[in-house]
Amino acid sequence: MSYETVIGLEVHAQLLTKSKMFCRCSADYASAPPNTHVCPVCLGMPGVLPTVNQQAVEYAVMTALALNCTIPESTKFDRKNYPYPDLMKGYQISQYDAPLSRDGWITIEADGARRVGITRVHLEEDTAKLLHRTADGKPYSLVDVNRAGVPLMEIVAEPDLRSPEEARQYLIKMRSILQYLGVSTGNMEEGSFRCDANISIRPQGSADYLSKVEVKNMNSFKAVHRALAYEAERQREVLEGGGRLVQETRGWVEERGVTVSQRSKEYAHDYRYFPEPDLTPLALSRAWVEELRSRLPELPDAKRERFVNDYGLPLFSATLLTGSKAAADYFEACLKDGAAEPKRVKAVFDWIFGDFSRLLNATDTEIDSSKLSPQHLVELLDLVDRGALSGPAAKAVFEEMFHTGGRAADIVARHDLAQISDALQVGEVVDQVIASNGQAVADFKAGKEPALTFLVGQVMRATKGRTNPKVANELLREKLAG
Amino acid sequence: MKLSHEEVEHIALLARLGSSEEELERFREQLSHILESFEVLQQVDTADVPPTAQSVDLQDVVRADEVSPSLPHSQIMANAPQQEAGCFRVRAVLE
Ligand SMILES: [Zn+2]
Repeated sequence: MSYETVIGLEVHAQLLTKSKMFCRCSADYASAPPNTHVCPVCLGMPGVLPTVNQQAVEYAVMTALALNCTIPESTKFDRKNYPYPDLMKGYQISQYDAPLSRDGWITIEADGARRVGITRVHLEEDTAKLLHRTADGKPYSLVDVNRAGVPLMEIVAEPDLRSPEEARQYLIKMRSILQYLGVSTGNMEEGSFRCDANISIRPQGSADYLSKVEVKNMNSFKAVHRALAYEAERQREVLEGGGRLVQETRGWVEERGVTVSQRSKEYAHDYRYFPEPDLTPLALSRAWVEELRSRLPELPDAKRERFVNDYGLPLFSATLLTGSKAAADYFEACLKDGAAEPKRVKAVFDWIFGDFSRLLNATDTEIDSSKLSPQHLVELLDLVDRGALSGPAAKAVFEEMFHTGGRAADIVARHDLAQISDALQVGEVVDQVIASNGQAVADFKAGKEPALTFLVGQVMRATKGRTNPKVANELLREKLAG
Repeated sequence: MKLSHEEVEHIALLARLGSSEEELERFREQLSHILESFEVLQQVDTADVPPTAQSVDLQDVVRADEVSPSLPHSQIMANAPQQEAGCFRVRAVLE
């Protein structure tokens, strides 16, 4: 029997506010010593009064609008009760039956564009960080409250995804939208962008939902893909072996490449939600919502379409480029002056996804914090276009520009890298090469065309790649014909 | 509505309260009384009344996204019986 995989994803994204969701502690805890961004509110002391961070609401509503959601006239917060040491208060402030948005969708690329439903986007607070230790063979835990209270946006999707690859595509698109909006870093490894999945399988053509399994602990796009592929296969094997699937939570164990059942927290689903009495309801006025809508930046799909239309990029290249807002911005900054000639468009694209990408990866640098500015890359491309720099020399100059932030013309001058196009100068080298490569010269004269390529290569080698190959080629033909 | 012994045990567990058998029975009676009072309230016809999330007549209390200094670390940790590496030390939390 063939089975269909049904996947629904839940994303939690930390919002890029300066302060926490309900208090004025700094939300930027990444490099802070433990428990230094903590106050009575986020420590959950009795008698404190939390207050909603307006910026967090704004970011969440902007996200909801970008995800084509409906924004209700008002929203409120609720307490989600569960006893766990990462919740200082014994409950998490979240949103239950009146979330700030519902019913949206995004488009993913999976055998053509396809819509995936968004159930809701709501706001809540992040939890404290637990560190697990052992002393004398006995386990214990340490609590760092810095993360508790950082604004967290939950985005719940409909179970519309049908494969691990679609799930990956969904996450890539979602992260890219959040980055375009500037509301979250979207960094999965650092935990500012997290994903839980619900996955079940069912006989092809059936509309039933069999027991859903919730998969947690996936810390990269690759981990999501692997964990869901593993889990779909595991469920198929259970069914085909005559077993029964149970609704449960399973954790992905990266090193072993498996999911393992996590004993459910006792009565974990008895959250006893009730309205948060310390916070007032929020009106989401139509005028304000429309103002936010008008401030939405160009989103990935729109940018991709524009890149195809305005720059004549192939769809695949445009998708690659607009997947990262920073790369797309860099690309446009390189082309902003003057007409975007097809040749120049291609050169910029090739540099970004060639040597530039390689060096960025190797040095773990983001393109928007690189020392090599778009203006400097344009200067390099201009030198190449004018014939002042050969291809191999350009690569060397690029690498030095990348590392030092220097300008192309200075580096060329300092290392004497300027391309040699002068016929007299090239002619001398050509004469030497002809004199010392008798066999190749004879081959060429006997009609073997590839021998010429070899001789051009020798000229390039003798000048450390600085000779203009076109001039070398012409001079060789001239001299060998005589 | 009378609560069962098991329901009171469940509630005590959720609240992480240890209780003796005698206490459980006493709480069972007291909590049952409270629930009975709510049963009286439930007789009111609320079909035309929208759900209330707030009893004070306030709306839209928000603050600007500004950072103020947090409390000194020593004060944050002042009530912690066990500490280590700047953190609160607690019994093992099994994931
Ligand atoms: Zn705080």
